[in-house]
Amino acid sequence: MNQLTLELQNEFKKRFPFAEFYIHNERRFYITIPKDKLKVVAEFLHKEKGLRLSIATGIDTRDGFEIIYHFSYDRTGTYFNLKILISKDDPQVDSLTDIFQASNWIEREIHELLGINFIGHPNLKPLLTSEDWPKDKYPLTRDYE
Amino acid sequence: MNRRIIPIGPYHPLQEEPEFFKLIVEGEKVIDIEINIGYNHRGHEFLSPSLTYDQIPFLVERICGICSNSHPLAFVLAVEDMAHIKVPERALYIRTIIHELERIHSHLLWLGLAGHFIGYNTVWMWAWRYREPVLDLFEMITGNRNHYAMNKIGGVRRDIDPGQITQIEKVLNFVEEKIAMLTKAVLDDPVLHARLKNVGVLPKEAAISYGVVGPTARASGVVIDVRKDDPHCAYDKVVWDVIVEEAGDIFAKAKVRLLECFESIKIIRQCLKNLPDTPIETRIEELPPGEGIGRAEAPRGEVFHYVRGDGSHHPVRHKVRAPSYMNLPSNEVTVKGYTIADAALCLAAIDPCYCCTERVSAFEDGKLKYTWNDLLILSWKKTEKIRARYRK
Repeated sequence: MNQLTLELQNEFKKRFPFAEFYIHNERRFYITIPKDKLKVVAEFLHKEKGLRLSIATGIDTRDGFEIIYHFSYDRTGTYFNLKILISKDDPQVDSLTDIFQASNWIEREIHELLGINFIGHPNLKPLLTSEDWPKDKYPLTRDYE
Repeated sequence: MNRRIIPIGPYHPLQEEPEFFKLIVEGEKVIDIEINIGYNHRGHEFLSPSLTYDQIPFLVERICGICSNSHPLAFVLAVEDMAHIKVPERALYIRTIIHELERIHSHLLWLGLAGHFIGYNTVWMWAWRYREPVLDLFEMITGNRNHYAMNKIGGVRRDIDPGQITQIEKVLNFVEEKIAMLTKAVLDDPVLHARLKNVGVLPKEAAISYGVVGPTARASGVVIDVRKDDPHCAYDKVVWDVIVEEAGDIFAKAKVRLLECFESIKIIRQCLKNLPDTPIETRIEELPPGEGIGRAEAPRGEVFHYVRGDGSHHPVRHKVRAPSYMNLPSNEVTVKGYTIADAALCLAAIDPCYCCTERVSAFEDGKLKYTWNDLLILSWKKTEKIRARYRK
């Protein structure tokens, strides 16, 4: 494994002992964190370590909404994927827009496709769906019953 | 001064999808911009889990008509990452060749349109004339000028034979000479320097905050290139350079794209020379559950695909992110403070795709104020003014 990646990984584990690491291969890490720690961790990755938010993926799973924030460590070609789980009874999480602009559009997209509220987002208007799309229907949610 | 709104769109001439830009102007100067997208939302992420893994490359190939190799490539890389599949060497080299040929034709397409927008119609006709032989190569190798359908999980679908290698080399020599001529003509032109330098500047900090990718980032001094950072295909087996400029203006973006064409030619030549003699695909029995990430450097920047599978024939979730999704919001920075005559070019400088109907309308007192042609003529007039200054 790359030296830089190893250093970041060790520092990450030391600083955020609650994070659960899953190493898929030497360039792809999946890290599960509680949702209230998201902002601190994202700030550490972007501001201190210079990682770039590539995109976020929202998934409707049996246990709740899962959001994966894909952070790219460009110098090493590594992806640090932060996973958070949001309960369906209280679908909200902190917005990352005051850390970087890159999360602006994707948070709007996840909001309209899954109905998750991003606290502190400046403009949570629908991005992709048409104007006459019903307000309480979210196209990427699933019926697991 | 009075504030006016100039809407460009919803069927915007410069973008792959119909898009809507609301320019808020004071006199000649653009002071704010509002970007709306979503007029052409086709629901690929919803559709994809209903198809089998073998069908999806054909679906994602149709996301973009210009860089139609980058999406299927990123998708198959994601699935291969998920299932830990090893692809035979020859397939890796062939993927690299196709990917780089695509970059050449895409950059030439952008150069032609940029030339057209500022009234350099000769550049437009030349660039597109020399793009044609590259498209002919695609037809020879894959059977199609576009939508090549070369990628499959575990390899490629068609081989390249020795006769084709000779032909590719012949065309590359021709195209290289012509791009060299074009590059010299563009980079040495004092009018173009005056017209494009310090226009539509994207500062490095903004580039990092917006997370822009590809030539848009590299022209602002951000050194990122998936081909170098996270080598896929055969990019770690050939010698080439990442082109980076510091200025962040339109001239820098043009320069990055032009010089990248030469790197692409370099890469293809090495690949053709060292093409290994192995099979072109590997047999896949079953795909295990798991998650995978595939990334490829499209002509416009990093294409990102995330796939989650549960062991069945369909993915559970398939996330697609095209480079323009990250590059477009940066127009908020690049357009502000410049004139309307520059706006058309600034919005085009990130190289969005150009598949749509041309239409621009601005109404004032019920009358159409600016048509798309008016904007073009405004832009041409500005170039003409600069040109006249140089003639004196």
